Amino acid sequence: MTTIVTVLYYVLTAYVAVMLVWNFVKRKNWQEEVLYVIVLIPFLLRLLRLK
Amino acid sequence: MTRKIVAAALGAALAAAAGLSFYGSRHLREPVVAGPGVVRVATLGDYFAPLKGTVNDANVYVLEGKEAGGTVLLLGGTHPEEPAGRLAAWIFAENAAVARGRLLVILSANRSATTVTRLGGAYPPDFTIPTSWGGQTFRMGDRWSNPLDQWPDPEVYLHYPSRQQLAYVDIRNLNRCFPGRPNGTLTERTAFAITELVRREKVTIAIDLHEAELQYPVISTIVAHEKGADLAAAASMFISSLEGFAIGVENSPKALRGLSHREIGDATEAMSLLLEAPEPFLDATRGRTTRELLLSGRDEFIVRAGRHGLLFEKIGDEGWPIDIRVGRHTSTVLQLLEIWSADHPDQAIAVSGIPRYGEVIEKGTGAFLKDPKAAGPGRVTYE
Repeated sequence: MTTIVTVLYYVLTAYVAVMLVWNFVKRKNWQEEVLYVIVLIPFLLRLLRLK
Repeated sequence: MTRKIVAAALGAALAAAAGLSFYGSRHLREPVVAGPGVVRVATLGDYFAPLKGTVNDANVYVLEGKEAGGTVLLLGGTHPEEPAGRLAAWIFAENAAVARGRLLVILSANRSATTVTRLGGAYPPDFTIPTSWGGQTFRMGDRWSNPLDQWPDPEVYLHYPSRQQLAYVDIRNLNRCFPGRPNGTLTERTAFAITELVRREKVTIAIDLHEAELQYPVISTIVAHEKGADLAAAASMFISSLEGFAIGVENSPKALRGLSHREIGDATEAMSLLLEAPEPFLDATRGRTTRELLLSGRDEFIVRAGRHGLLFEKIGDEGWPIDIRVGRHTSTVLQLLEIWSADHPDQAIAVSGIPRYGEVIEKGTGAFLKDPKAAGPGRVTYE
């Protein structure tokens, strides 16, 4: 059961990361771009199992 | 487009810097030079095969005398963020010679917990003990197993086998998981492996080395299972009169489950004891959470709390330096072994080469850490 929850958690993390990248690409304002990049970092670190 | 590329590159650089830092902390190698008494290095997986090859397949240093006697287990790193316990065990593994009986030493009882620090706690990732050969760096660690190794936590943690309800996060706390569960979580399986080790090696005395915040009432004490109450009381008296510091005795509560001093004593033939030394770094009212605070034990806010009578242990401007905390542990273990051996000659454990309280303070903990570069072939292992 915990394995299923863990896999779902990583799927959700990947989904949010992809959405953040998508929003980053669509932004026109540089401040919002930087914001999306910074928010993306912890999601990437978790996906790579670094933190 | 150029702007997006610059922003993405900046993000990638930040992620790489953070990632490398986390990776480096998690995989920092801690060398151990096997001391004169070490005859072999086993692992917890030898006592419980499913743990083999996992992050918690911790080393077990086996020190054996030529004469038969009792067997003592020293547990360091049950809570890695209490470094005096690990360092005291380290001194035994690297320095002890055993003439009689056996000493089993674990330095990273919950190795997973050594690879993470308190989430949101701003802990330093590591700390260095100065030595004559430059210093040895240790992982800081935390009280709980790394969520990368065991996740998710349940809504409610029911301790096995008592079914007592404990804090949910304590399902990753090794000292709330004894005697362990063979088909449980990583932390429960680790506790089970240690309990199996105690059973198979017919351990006489299991000693778990800890530290505690000064706002916690169980401090500067030996917590004793009822089987070890007399030994702990005698050690307390001898230590208070001979070693230069005072240490109390607490009975292991029967109603609080999962702790080594309760469960190892209940589940095996061994008597189980747990030692607590004062560690201001853990106090909630501390100031900056730095390496300096970890090693010096000095903090103006905790001193002020003491002046207001909010602490269970005294503290002055001199703080609680790491050498004092380590020395308390080495002397307490030695006193326990000496008293036990005098009362039980057929189960005696004779250990030499370990500094007592005064010597650790005088020379420093680093004087008893060995240089891995100067070690003989095959004598260095890594935690």
